[in-house]
Formats: sequence, C-alpha cells, structure tokens
Amino acid sequence: MPTAFRGPTAATLAPPAELWSRDEMLPAARCRELHRLMVRCRRLEERCIKMSKSGEAYFWVGGPGEEAFNTCLGMQLRRGEGPAYDYVHLHYRNPGVLLGMGMPVLDHVRQMAMTLTDPHSMGRNFVCHYSKRDWNVIPVTSVIEVQYVMAPGTALMQKRSGGDGVTAVIGGDAGTHEGDFASCMIWSSRPGFELPVLILVTNNGWGISTASETQHAEKSIVDRGKAFGIPGEVVDGNDPIASWHALSRGFRHCRTRRKPYMIEARVSRLHGHSSSSGAARVPDEDDCVAMFEKKLLDRELMTKEEIERVHTEAINEIEEAVRQVHTEPRPTAADVYTHTYAPSPVDSVYPEDYTGLPA
Amino acid sequence: MATLVQAVRLALHYGEEHLGVTDVFGEDVGPPLGGVFTATQGLKTAWNSPLDERGIIGTAMGIAYAGGRPVCEIQFCDYGFNIIDLMKVAGNQRWSGAGQFPMPIVLMTPSGSGIRGSLYHSHSFEGWATRLAGWKIVMPSTALDAYGLMLSAILDPNPVMVLLPKALLRVRGEQQIPGEPENEDELKEMIDAPVGAARAAWTPKWPDVKPYFVPLGQGNRVREGTHATVVSYGRMLPLCTQAADQLAAEQGLTFDVIDLRSLFPYDWPLIRDSILKTGRFLVVNEDTEVTNFGEHLLRRVIEELFYDLIAKPRVLFGKHVPGIGLNQAYETNEVPQLADVLVAMRDAATEAA
Repeated sequence: MPTAFRGPTAATLAPPAELWSRDEMLPAARCRELHRLMVRCRRLEERCIKMSKSGEAYFWVGGPGEEAFNTCLGMQLRRGEGPAYDYVHLHYRNPGVLLGMGMPVLDHVRQMAMTLTDPHSMGRNFVCHYSKRDWNVIPVTSVIEVQYVMAPGTALMQKRSGGDGVTAVIGGDAGTHEGDFASCMIWSSRPGFELPVLILVTNNGWGISTASETQHAEKSIVDRGKAFGIPGEVVDGNDPIASWHALSRGFRHCRTRRKPYMIEARVSRLHGHSSSSGAARVPDEDDCVAMFEKKLLDRELMTKEEIERVHTEAINEIEEAVRQVHTEPRPTAADVYTHTYAPSPVDSVYPEDYTGLPA
Repeated sequence: MATLVQAVRLALHYGEEHLGVTDVFGEDVGPPLGGVFTATQGLKTAWNSPLDERGIIGTAMGIAYAGGRPVCEIQFCDYGFNIIDLMKVAGNQRWSGAGQFPMPIVLMTPSGSGIRGSLYHSHSFEGWATRLAGWKIVMPSTALDAYGLMLSAILDPNPVMVLLPKALLRVRGEQQIPGEPENEDELKEMIDAPVGAARAAWTPKWPDVKPYFVPLGQGNRVREGTHATVVSYGRMLPLCTQAADQLAAEQGLTFDVIDLRSLFPYDWPLIRDSILKTGRFLVVNEDTEVTNFGEHLLRRVIEELFYDLIAKPRVLFGKHVPGIGLNQAYETNEVPQLADVLVAMRDAATEAA
C-alpha cells in the first residue's frame, strides 16, 4: 500500500504570518507596510538627488540608509496637534519619519522644487526641513544640534498637561558633539522634574567628511545618558524589526514613566552627506532596503514580483509628483516679507505682518 | 513710585494673572533669590533653571511651540553670545515654516554698563539684537515704560527681547503704574522679599495693578524743542534729558528728545517729523562704535532726509574696544558720560548751517 503523500500541505505552503529578527518579531502585514514605506522613501530620495543634478532643484540632503529606523519612528508617533499628542524635533535626514506619519510624497517634492505650494516652507528652506503644526512637527533647521535644546520645552508642557504625549528628538552622531545634546540630557533629567523626551541618535559614523571614530572616544553615545540616569540602548538601525521594538520600548518608557529614554541607532549613509559632496551611491555600506527585501524573500513573505511592484508603484507615484510640481506656482517678490510676524494687537508698526522697514 | 525693576516684576505678575504667562525662568530666577536683580521675586510661575543659556532659550521655544507663554531671563546680555544662533532660529522659524507656528517668547536681559561690571557685565546688546530679523526689541528708560513695554512684549505673539538698562534698574519712576500704591515703602513691603531667614516663609502681597500697554514701535518725545533732534534709549536717555534741561537753562538751546523705547520696530514717523522741524539729528547710545544700531538710523536719515538737514547728522557712542574696563578710568572714558552728551548735543544744535 502506498504510503501517504507527505509533501507540502496547504498549511505549510502559506507564507509565514510573521518575521523574526533574533528574538523579536513583527507580523507579516506590518513588515510589508514597512517595506513599502522604506521603498517609497528610498525612491523619493533617489529622485530628489536626480533633481539636484538635473537643474530641477538646487541642494539635496536626506537620509538614504536610515529608512528602516525612520519609518518605524514615524509610524509610532501619535500624530496630532498640541501637548496631548507627540512632538517631534527632527534634523534633515528624516523623510522616512514624515512618510511614516503619512506625508504624501508630493509635499516633499514641493519643498525640493521650492514651490509656493511647499507646505513646510513656501519654497524658503532646503528639502527635509519640514514644518507641520497640525502634526506637531517642529520646524527643522539646518543647524544640527538645536533641536535637542528645544525638546525639553515641548516635553515640559506635555508632562504638565497630564497626558501621555512624548517628545521625540533626533539628530546625528556629529550633532551630539555639540553642547545642546548635553543640555537635552540635563534638562530632561532634572531631579523631580524629569521629562518624557525620547532622545534619538542616528549614528551613521560621519560628520560630513570626518569619521566619528576620529572624534568620539566613547564606545556608544547612549553611555553618556548613564551619568544622568537615562536608560538607553544601541540598536541596529538597518534592521526594521529591531528598530521597531527599540522604539516601542522607548515610547513605552516615556509614555508611562514620564522620563527620558535614549536610543542610538547605527545606520548607513548611502549617498554621502548631501549634494555638496556629490551624493553618489556609497558601495560599501549596508543597505537596509536590500537587506530587508532579502529577508522577506528568504522567509517567503513576499515574492520577487511583489517587491518589484512596490518599487514600480513608488516610482510612478514620485514621477507623478514631480510632473505636478512643475505646474505649480513659484514664490515671487511679493512673498518675501510674508509670515515674518504673527498679527499683534500691541504693535503700532506691524499689526498684521512685516512690511519692510518702519515707514 | 516703583523702581524700574519693581515695575518689571509687577508686569510679570500681571502677565501671570491676566496674559497667560506660564513660565518665568532662568538662572536664579525662582526662589530663593528671585533674580540677581530681583526682577522675578515672588512670582508664582518663576523657577530656577540649570546654568545653561542655550537650554533656557531652547526650552522657552519648546514651551511656546506647545502653547505656553514663557518669559525667560538671560542673567546678563553678556551671557547671550552663546545663544545667538538660537536667537536666529527663534526669529526665523515662523518665516521659514510658512507661518505655521507663532513664537510668543519674551527674553529679558540686563544690558549696558553703569554698575562697574567689568568685561562681562557691561556689554550693550542692541547692535546684535536689532540684526535678528523676526524679533522685536525694546528698551525702557523709565519704570512706567518698563511696565508697559513688558506687558506688550508678553501679549505680542512674536519673540520680543526686553533689554533692561541695568544701571537704571534701581531708579524710581516719576509716573505711577496704574494700581500701584502711592507710598513706595508700602510697595516695598508688599513685593520685595525680605533678606535673611524670613525669606523662606515670605509670600508677596501683590497690588491690583492694571493693564497699561506701551505699543511696540511707538517712541516718546520727552522734551520738546527746536534746535536739534536727539534720539536715545535706555541708560543714555536720562543723560540726554538732563543735558537738554541744562542746555535750555544755560544756553537757551531746546531739543526734541525722543525716547525710542522700541528699537525694532522703531518709530520712524516720530524721528522723521522731528528732523523735518529741526534739521539736525543726533542719536546717542552706549554701544561700541562698529557696527552700531545708531548707524542704521543715521543711514536712513542721510538717505531719506539729506536735503532737509541743515547740519551734519551724528552718532554718539561707546569706544570700539574689546570690553568695559573695571577701573572707573576705563568705563568713564569708554562710555558716553553727561559731559560728552552735553558737548554732542550742543555741537549738533549749534554747528553752522
């Protein structure tokens, strides 16, 4: 009598419902969602680099190589306006955060193209210099450290308001050389007045052209938090599963204990500092998108065709955005003074807004 | 009458009670000291910060972003040089962010010489402050104006820097702040913290002060005359009025003396109309010569009123040296004194047309 066929059954043929990284796991649906965000982010960055070289725009800066960590951060932020929601103080490598929060790629391309319709800055600021009040996205500056010194202020208001809102602040390893990083630790950990600040550092090992190991003596940046009683961890920022869980622990700590937490994410810098250094692809650093796709393929969560479709859809979405911004208005001389001052009932010269020198 | 620093304290109290001030903070601002000049004694929202100017202004900005209305103090303006980039951010964030976030912060800081403060307690700051586009800069010379300008600074939803003339902080006003007790001893008893052990249990008894707003951008002509226009502010202003009174009595020379009060925006119509009357112009301050805020006013006067002038316009300023020296020989020879102001005003009024 022939033995029963023991090949794959319907159950064993189904893709796994989860993906593991060491002892941490994310559900398959979350992995596919993260993958799609990471791909959209990477394709957006690559198109913007192209814009900077083609004459469609000027300067490019961004975060290719940080997609895994940044999209996880964006997805975990509680989006809304006011102290009941999370505040986020970014630097200029965080399109993944905004995409994770739900920003359409069009708004990023608008800033890159310096249109009047750029909702973040009306074409005034570099790309990745977001500002979005209804999502508590504090205006980003090109100065690499100042966000760390503003974060305790929003966190103070959140703690005072009694909710569970968290202030997330993020910068690069070079930014931690500045005193503002120390200020953030000091002001977040004053005895009896601790603040819910999630202090994040994406450590890409570089400050423009200067290798961090030539400037940092400390083994890890989170060690600096220990002196202030700030718990922290180092995470592989190229691993979205590990990043997701590290951020989850950080948010949980800040939300429930109302105290600071620090995460140092080791990330790659795949296109150099910015367009000022050429923005060419760096060949010898880990690529979080490619690594994640290999894992998704190996564990059969996605097929090659499905992954290609995600890329194609991202490219099409971004190309449509680029086409659209070419049709949108640019700022003119009439826009130079606007939004300098908020209307004031006690200003006899500028009751509405700035209008040039006092007349 | 309240002193200038008591007026600041009364204004901050009014701001806490009626204008939504959420935080008054800085180095030694909270109890027990209440500020090294006592500007913040007894205030219910006052608290001590780390000795960290960058943290002070950064936290103020964060509080403002999250809907608060902070007043922060930089203990001396001389300590503000390490926050100049954050001042720039505070001034440009609304513009760069397409008008999304207001920035209702008040930064107050003692400025100028006059207390034998040596190199790091004597600087003037308006030369830097007025370059910070997006800010509004005020500097009172009287207690009542300090009260009224501080209330406007608090109510204005933009970053406002209140430069306090430290040499005038203990000078008593000549005009009553609405609601303050007439008897200065009574006021002192009510709002000045006692020295010594009694301070720990002390609480202020605030007078029921009333709203009084000095609009930003509005100067005040404190002397009226015909021979020349003199524009000044802060510590130099009383020297100008003193000189004007002396020159009127001794030489029959009369001056329009304008207390600018608001350095940006400034009251250009008041300056212009006065010069159109007198044809002569002098601006007096104690900041160093290169590059001096008075030079900006001078430039506008030259470009816009050149053919209305009958004598050369002038600026009287401090010497361009690296610091105010401690020995009085340095300070009195570096910063304009009454005798210098007298000479400058007389020359401006009498140079042959």
